[in-house]
Amino acid sequence: MNEITPASIGLSREDLPNSYIGRSVPRPNVPKLVQGRATYTDDVTLPRMLHAAFLRSPHAHAKISAIDAARAKAVPGVVRVFTGHDLAKICDPWVATLDHLKGMKSAPQYPLPLNRATWQGEPIVAVVAETRAAAEDGVAALDVEFEALPAQTDMETALAPGAVVIHPELGDNLVFTRTAESGDIAAAFAAAHKVVEARFVTGRHTGVTLEARSIIADYNPADETLTVYHSTQAPHMMQGVFAKQLRMKEGDVRVICKDVGGSFGIKVHVYPDEVAVAAMARIMGRPVKFVADRFESFVSDIHARDHRIKGRLAVDAEGRVLAFDIDDLTGIGPYSVYPRTSAIEGNQVVNLCGGPYDFKNYRCTTTVVLQNKTPTCQYRAVGHPIATAVTEGLMDLAAEALDMDPVELRRRNLIRDDAYPYTSPPGMRFEGLSHHASLNKLLEMVPLDRIRADQAEARQRGVYRGIGFASFIELTNPSPFMYGIGGARISAQDGCTVRMDPDGSIVASSGVTEQGQGTEAILAQIVAHGVGVPVNRVKIITGDTQTTPYGGGTWACRGAGIGGEAALQSAIALKQQILEVAGAMLQASPETLDIAMGEITDKASGKPRMTLFELGRIVYFRGDTLPKDLQRELVQTRHFITKEYPFAFTNGIQASWVEVDAATGMVKLLEHWCVEDCGRVINPLLVDEQVRGGIVQGIGGALYEHCVYDAEGNLLTTTLADYLVPMSAEMPEIHVGHVETPTRESLLGAKGAGEAGTAGAPAAIMNAINDALRPIKARVHEQPFTPERILRALGTIA
Amino acid sequence: MIPITLTVNGEKVMRHVEPRRHLIDFLRLDLGLTGSHAGCEHGVCGACTLRVNGKIMRGCLILAASLDGADVVTIEGISESGEVADLQAAFVARNAAQCGFCTPGMVMTAAELLAEGGSPTRGEIRDYLSGNYCRCTGYQAIVDAVEDTLRSRSAAP
Amino acid sequence: MKWPSMGYARAKTLAELWSALAALGDGGKIIAGGQTLLATLAFRLSEPGTLIDINGINELRGISTNGQVLRLGALTLHADLCVDPLVKAHAPLLTAAAPLIAHPAIRNRGTLGGSLAYADPAAELPACMVALGATIITASAKGERRIPAAAFFTDLLQTALEPQEIIAAVEIPLTKRLGAIEEITRRSGDYAMAGLVATLALDAERVVAPRLVHFGVGNIPVLAAAASRALEGRSLDRASISAAQAALADDLDPPRDLHGPPEMKRHLARVLTERVLQGFLREKVQAA
Repeated sequence: MNEITPASIGLSREDLPNSYIGRSVPRPNVPKLVQGRATYTDDVTLPRMLHAAFLRSPHAHAKISAIDAARAKAVPGVVRVFTGHDLAKICDPWVATLDHLKGMKSAPQYPLPLNRATWQGEPIVAVVAETRAAAEDGVAALDVEFEALPAQTDMETALAPGAVVIHPELGDNLVFTRTAESGDIAAAFAAAHKVVEARFVTGRHTGVTLEARSIIADYNPADETLTVYHSTQAPHMMQGVFAKQLRMKEGDVRVICKDVGGSFGIKVHVYPDEVAVAAMARIMGRPVKFVADRFESFVSDIHARDHRIKGRLAVDAEGRVLAFDIDDLTGIGPYSVYPRTSAIEGNQVVNLCGGPYDFKNYRCTTTVVLQNKTPTCQYRAVGHPIATAVTEGLMDLAAEALDMDPVELRRRNLIRDDAYPYTSPPGMRFEGLSHHASLNKLLEMVPLDRIRADQAEARQRGVYRGIGFASFIELTNPSPFMYGIGGARISAQDGCTVRMDPDGSIVASSGVTEQGQGTEAILAQIVAHGVGVPVNRVKIITGDTQTTPYGGGTWACRGAGIGGEAALQSAIALKQQILEVAGAMLQASPETLDIAMGEITDKASGKPRMTLFELGRIVYFRGDTLPKDLQRELVQTRHFITKEYPFAFTNGIQASWVEVDAATGMVKLLEHWCVEDCGRVINPLLVDEQVRGGIVQGIGGALYEHCVYDAEGNLLTTTLADYLVPMSAEMPEIHVGHVETPTRESLLGAKGAGEAGTAGAPAAIMNAINDALRPIKARVHEQPFTPERILRALGTIA
Repeated sequence: MIPITLTVNGEKVMRHVEPRRHLIDFLRLDLGLTGSHAGCEHGVCGACTLRVNGKIMRGCLILAASLDGADVVTIEGISESGEVADLQAAFVARNAAQCGFCTPGMVMTAAELLAEGGSPTRGEIRDYLSGNYCRCTGYQAIVDAVEDTLRSRSAAP
Repeated sequence: MKWPSMGYARAKTLAELWSALAALGDGGKIIAGGQTLLATLAFRLSEPGTLIDINGINELRGISTNGQVLRLGALTLHADLCVDPLVKAHAPLLTAAAPLIAHPAIRNRGTLGGSLAYADPAAELPACMVALGATIITASAKGERRIPAAAFFTDLLQTALEPQEIIAAVEIPLTKRLGAIEEITRRSGDYAMAGLVATLALDAERVVAPRLVHFGVGNIPVLAAAASRALEGRSLDRASISAAQAALADDLDPPRDLHGPPEMKRHLARVLTERVLQGFLREKVQAA
C-alpha cells in the first residue's frame, strides 16, 4: 500500500505544518479572480494586433458558388479577407481518425472549406481588420453565393438508402462502429426471470464556457517563430498541431495559456477558425486575435451527447443481473474532430455500460454517423452520463419489475469491494473500487426513511416527489491506450520541474494546466508538502510550452493523478538534493536532516539547523565555500506515466430528490447527494465544489440544455436566452462525501475527480423523476426532461 | 464620435467614443480596465455586471455615449475601495471562484445584495444571483460566501 | 458580436426630441433603458440608424397620483415599480409583477415605456396594463394621444405607436379591484412559457368585471374574453373556475415555440387560470 506516511516521503512527523496533502488549503489563484486582476487571452493586447471575424455558413449543407470580397475590402478598418483557397496554400488539412478504432474514417478538414459548407455555422470566409467591430462590418459586406444542398440531419436515416452522403469520397456516412460482446447474451435473456427494455435519448448539448474560445496568433518573420496565446487545455498538443498544419518545426511554435475561463473539454480540440487565425498570422506576419462571440460559440464549439440508445436488461428471480444488451447510435456532425476524434464518446458508451455491476453477459454496439450539424466531440465526462443513464435507468426498471427496492437491487449487483482487480465484460480493468462503501456512505448521508415518509404523505396531497440513485464508474488518468496507440500526438505522460531559488522559494513548472479547477493550487500543495516549505513559498508555472516540461495538459481528470504525481516525485527529489547540500554545509549525514516549513532541521529532535534562505545564499553566491565535487543544482525534473492500468477508474453514487409538478411538468430539485472515490483527496475544499460544479452540468443536460435543430439543420438555440444553462435559483443544495481508495500506481494515489458529478447526475435525476411519477403511471427516458416531455408522458398533451 | 466626461472608479475620465461602443468595450479597450468581462454581449450571462450611478447594470447593454456625467464603479474600483474586502475574503475561503470569468460580475451583484441590507435566506440569495451565470461551481460555494459575509456583517457592531 | 455602426443623439426635452426625430426621419430610433433594443442590435438584423437617447427628458419621469389615476412616467424603471410606495398603495399588482422581470441588473436600467413599446408577448408589464385597464399616453410633435392598453398591442412586437411617436406615461385607474400575477418559467427571471394576470372585483360573493390576461401564449397579451365572461356575475367557486378554464379554448390560439406545442400552452393557461382564481378564493377566505 502506498499510504503517504511521513516516512514514505521523508517527513519526520505526521502533523508537520507543511503536510498539505488532504488539507483544505485556499486556492492562491482566487484573490486575483475576485478582484478582477486575472489575465485572460482577450485581455492581452499586442502591438499591431489585428482582429478576425468569420462569415459562417447560413446553410447546413451548401455549395460555395462564389465569394466576392470587393465590398468587404472597402469597409473602413478592414485589412484583408481570406478564403479557404487562400489558407490552403500554407495550411494542410487534417483527418481525425485513430488507428486503434478499427475501420474508422473521416474526411480531410481545412481551416476554411474549399468548396462546400457542411454545417450551419461552419466558418467560410475570414475578415481581418483593425478592430473586431470593423471585422464584423467586413463580414456583413461580404457577398458569398451559396447553393443550398439537401442536408442529412437525422442520424437515424444517415445509413439508410437515399441518405445524403456528406463526403462522397467516404462512400457512406458511417464513421465507426464497434460491438463488444462477451458471454452468451441469447441464453441469458432466454433464461431471465424478468427482461426490461427502454429507449433512451440524451440531448445534444454544449459546454458554454463563460470565456469563449480565444486565441491570438503572432508570427514573427524575423525569427520565423509562431507564438500563440490560446485559451486551451492542451498547449503542447496545440504546439504540435500548429506546427504540423502550418509546415513549421514544432520547436518554432510556442503556445501560451493565460488564465483560461473554463474548458470542460471544449478547449481541447482543434477548431478550424483557430487554425485559420494561426494561418492568417503566419501569412500577415502580424498578431491576429479571435475571440468567438456567444452566437458563434453555439454553432462552432463542439457539441456532445447526441445519442439514441436502446437497452435491454435481463435479471434472475433474485435480482441478479444476467445481461445487458445495448445499441447506441450517435450523430457527430460532418467531420470527426481532430485529433481526439468523435468516435470516442460512442466507444466510451461501449466501455462503460453496466460498469458498476458484476455480471457476465454483455453486448453493446455503437454506431457513429455523420450528419450536417455542428461537430461533436469530447465534453466533460465523455460518454459517462450516457452509459450511466442507460445502465441506471434499466436498473430502476428492473427493480420495478421485480418489485424490489432499487437500493437493494444495486446492493445485490455492485461489484464487491474485495473483488479487485476486476475486469468488466467490455474489458475494462479496475484496480480498486468502493461501490459498497460508497453506497453505505451515501445512505448515512441521505435521510431515506424521512424521505420515503415525506413522499408517501405528499402523494396523499397530490404532490409527486421522488428519489433516484445512480452508481457510476469514471475513467481517469488515461495512459497512451486512450489516444497515443491510435497515432495521435497526445501525451499521456507529464513532467514537473521543481527548483529552489536563492531566497529559499520554490518554483515548479508543470505540463498540466489550469482552467479553474485548481490545478496550480494542488500542485503548490504537493510541492510544498514534498519539499517541506510553507505553501505560500511555492510558485507554479503552467501553460507555456517553452517553459514547462512536455505534457498532455489537463483533461480526462489527469491533472492531479498524473501531473500531481510528477510534481510530488520531483519535489521529493529536490528535497533529497537540498539535504545533500545541507549535509555538506552542516557536516551531518543527509539522512539525519529534514526540511520543515522552509528550515533544515535535525530529523530526530526537530531542532532547526539552517534556513533555506541561508542555504540558498551559500549555494548561489558563495559556492566557493562548498566542497568542489558537491552536486549543488537545486533543480529536479520527474516525469510520470501510468504503467499498470490503462486507466485509473474511480467510482461513486449519487442520489437526487425531486418534486414534479404534474400539472405543469416542471421539475424542482429539492436536494442532491454524491459520494465519490477519487483516491487520495488532495484538497477537499476544491474537490467538493468540483463535484458540485460537475453535478450542475449534469443537471443542465438532464433538465435544461439542448441544442435544438429544425429539420433543415438550422440551430434554433443560438442565444443564452434560448439555450438554457443552470442558474443558481433552481440548483439544489448538494452534499458531497468521499471514500478514498488510492491508486497503487503512484505515491500520491490520486485519481480524477472532475467528471464524477456530470457522469452520475442525469441518471439520478431521471430515476428520481420516474420515482415521483410512478403512482401516476408516467416515465421519461428522453433528456432533457422538459415540461413538454413530462406532460406528454403523463398523457396531458398528445 | 461622442464626447463624454464621467467618473470611473473615482477618477474623472474624458473621451470621445463611437456611438456603438458598449460600456464594457469602453472600459476594456479605452481604459484598460479588463476586470469586467464580455461573456455573451446580449445581456444574459451577467459577467459584465458593474455599477452605474450606484446601481448594478449590464455593461454590455449600455452605450458608453449615454454615460456623460455618470459615475461608474467596476470590480477594480470596488476592490480598491475595500467595500467588499470581506466578501472577497469569503470567496477565497469558500473556493467560490474556479475559472474566475464570472467572478467580478458575481461580486458586483452580491455587493448590491449586501448593500440592500436585510437578512435574505439562502433561497433569496440564490434568486438574487440567478442573473449571473457560473459554469464551474455548483453555485453553492458562492451562496456560502455571500451568506457568510451577511452573517459576519450583521454580527458586527 | 459588436453592434453595427450607428449615430447617437441626446434629447433633453420633448421639444428637442421632436426636432431630432423630424431631422432624422425614419433613421431615428428611440433609446431609453436599451435593455431590449441593445440586446437585439447585437444580432445585426437591422441598421439602427441614429439612436436618440431620451433618458434625460424629465417630462417622461415621475410617479404620481391625482386621486383618480396613478400616473407612471415612461422612464419609470422596473426597479422603481418593485419598491415605490405609491405603486404599492395603488397598483400592488405591479409591485408583484416587477420582480418577475429578468434580474436586478436589468431592472435597474429597463424602463416601463421600453417594455410596453417592444411589446414582447411573453413580457409581464404589457399584460399587466391590459388587466389593469390602463391608458397608454403617447406623445409626438402632433400632441398627446390616449390609447387603452387593450388597443395598444396590435400584433407580434407591434403597437399602436405611430412613427415618431413615443410612450410618455401610463395611467392606471385607482380602484379596489383584486389583482394577481402568476407565470410558469423554466428558470427564475426567464420570459414566461405561460403567464396570467387577472384583476377582478368581488361584490358580495359575485365576480365583477373580471379581466384575465394571458401572456406568452399568443402574439400579444390576450384578454381572455370568453373565460372572463364565464366568471362574470358568478360566485368564485370550483364550478365557475372550471367554466372559465373550459371557455379558454375560445380565447387562445397560441403558436408553437421552443418550449412546446400550442396544446401545451393552452394546458398551462388552464392551469394558471385555476391557480390564480384559487388564489383569490384563498384571499377571500382569509379576509373573511
